[in-house]
Amino acid sequence: MFAQEFVRNAWLAGTAIALACGLVGYFVVLRAQVFAGDALTHVAFTGAVAAAAAGVDTRIGLFAATIAVAIAIGGLGERSAADDVTIGISFSWILGLGVFFLALFSSGSGGGSGVLGARTLFGSIFGLSAGDARLAAGIAAVIALIVAAIARPLLFATIDPGVAAARGVPVRALGLLFLALLGATAAEATQAIGALLLLGLLAAPAGAAQRLTASPYRGLALAPGIAVACTWAGLTLSYLVPNLPPSSAITAFACGTYLLTTLVTIERGVLRRRTAA
Amino acid sequence: MTAMSTNPSLSPNPLEDFRQLTQYAFMIHALQAGTVVAIMAGVVGWFMVLRRESFAGHTLSLMAFPGATGALLLGLPASAGYFGFCGASALVIGAGGSGARHPRGQESAVTGAVQAFGLACGFVFLSLYHGVLAGYESLLFGDFLGITAGQVLLLTVIAVLALGFLAVVGRPLLFASVDEPVARARGVPVRALRFAFLLALGMAVAATAQITGVLLVFALLVAPAATAQQLTSRIGLSLALTVILGVAITWAGLALAYFYNYPVGFYITSVAFAAYVLARVGRAAAERRAGA
Repeated sequence: MFAQEFVRNAWLAGTAIALACGLVGYFVVLRAQVFAGDALTHVAFTGAVAAAAAGVDTRIGLFAATIAVAIAIGGLGERSAADDVTIGISFSWILGLGVFFLALFSSGSGGGSGVLGARTLFGSIFGLSAGDARLAAGIAAVIALIVAAIARPLLFATIDPGVAAARGVPVRALGLLFLALLGATAAEATQAIGALLLLGLLAAPAGAAQRLTASPYRGLALAPGIAVACTWAGLTLSYLVPNLPPSSAITAFACGTYLLTTLVTIERGVLRRRTAA
Repeated sequence: MTAMSTNPSLSPNPLEDFRQLTQYAFMIHALQAGTVVAIMAGVVGWFMVLRRESFAGHTLSLMAFPGATGALLLGLPASAGYFGFCGASALVIGAGGSGARHPRGQESAVTGAVQAFGLACGFVFLSLYHGVLAGYESLLFGDFLGITAGQVLLLTVIAVLALGFLAVVGRPLLFASVDEPVARARGVPVRALRFAFLLALGMAVAATAQITGVLLVFALLVAPAATAQQLTSRIGLSLALTVILGVAITWAGLALAYFYNYPVGFYITSVAFAAYVLARVGRAAAERRAGA
């Protein structure tokens, strides 16, 4: 399998992206910001299509759109009651803009828009060149390093923002920085997993890790571990079954793991309650 | 003369515009379907916004994509796929995030996982189906040109069912949405209501997705309700405003798409977003005047 270059590129990029998604995803679930993650992954689509319509590298559009929207969402009020609705309305409009850019792009380049749209929405990890893969791995490594560096204060600010603020932790700035990181992760993973599917790699491994352990540091190690394992399993399976798209296989493995851990932990909880009674 | 009627253009005379808008059967069907869908999505969305279940609503709306592609693959009618998948996901989401035993993050992680898994299934179905990628765009972004009279009838039946259901459970649902612990203490079946509401949301969304496309349903669900709730806190007035706004947004979007040749989803979401921004700005200005 590794004799082919595109497979090696996919494994390199996939592993790095899964690592970043798992780490960032752990905080996304802990901070209950899955909906924000969802919005940012969809915004990535608009960014890519807008860049294509303007004729620049899609990666520039991806990162610019997701990071800008992440900061806007964070700036409009982290804990205000309207959060949910603000996110929903702004990103449905941005998706509408994406459709507009897609139409603009397709009138300029007959036929290319379908391919571009599908690649952005569903990813094309087997289509990455060696340069793409190295760049993706580098960016993912930077994201993972930043998350590791701010993990301690971010945990504090997440679990008890009031006390953290009193102790001098810059809660609001950390929140903004984290959303920007989430945006960068979304942009980064879109190239491989696709704007519509990468929520699975963000939410499912982290959800599973939090079911399995309450300790944040063990969870922070477990979530990326699960994400990487699911990515490897998905890449292998989709290599063996040619009709199966890799991004779907990865997402399916991640969600399957989550379902399994949920069932196992529920079973364990029932057993414990029975022995206690 | 034929060139004039195939290239409609906006004129200063609104009656003339209306005549142009309704000169083709496909456009009349689109306006009828749009109106039905806007009323249903508006009312269901009003409860969704109140209950802060936007994420569940968005996830359910995306489930129309695997529904449609799965039905295509199996050779079933598309509607069966839409309603089947949306209904099933509503049940999973309802079962996954049950009550206060789990923290809120875990609940939304379940919703997120359901969403990603459903979309992954949709992509597999699409690649197994040999039409490969042709047509995925109209699934995701809507296509109002091909609506038939039969579809309008089906939509109307579903809208009547959904609105009838909400009329029956409206009072306890409102109670459970506004103050869950008290409602529970008073014996309101909060859990069962959540299940039933998610199911109704799934059905409404499945119907709407056939017109606006999977990715853009959400605008019609959330925007009219959020705008109305910005403008008034009185329940009856705010519901009425939601319906009026929803219908107005849909008509404006369809008309713009008819006269200027860009996708209808773009216009509907843009008009909806503009309405919401205007409402927020207006409210902020009114509050400042009241405070000064």
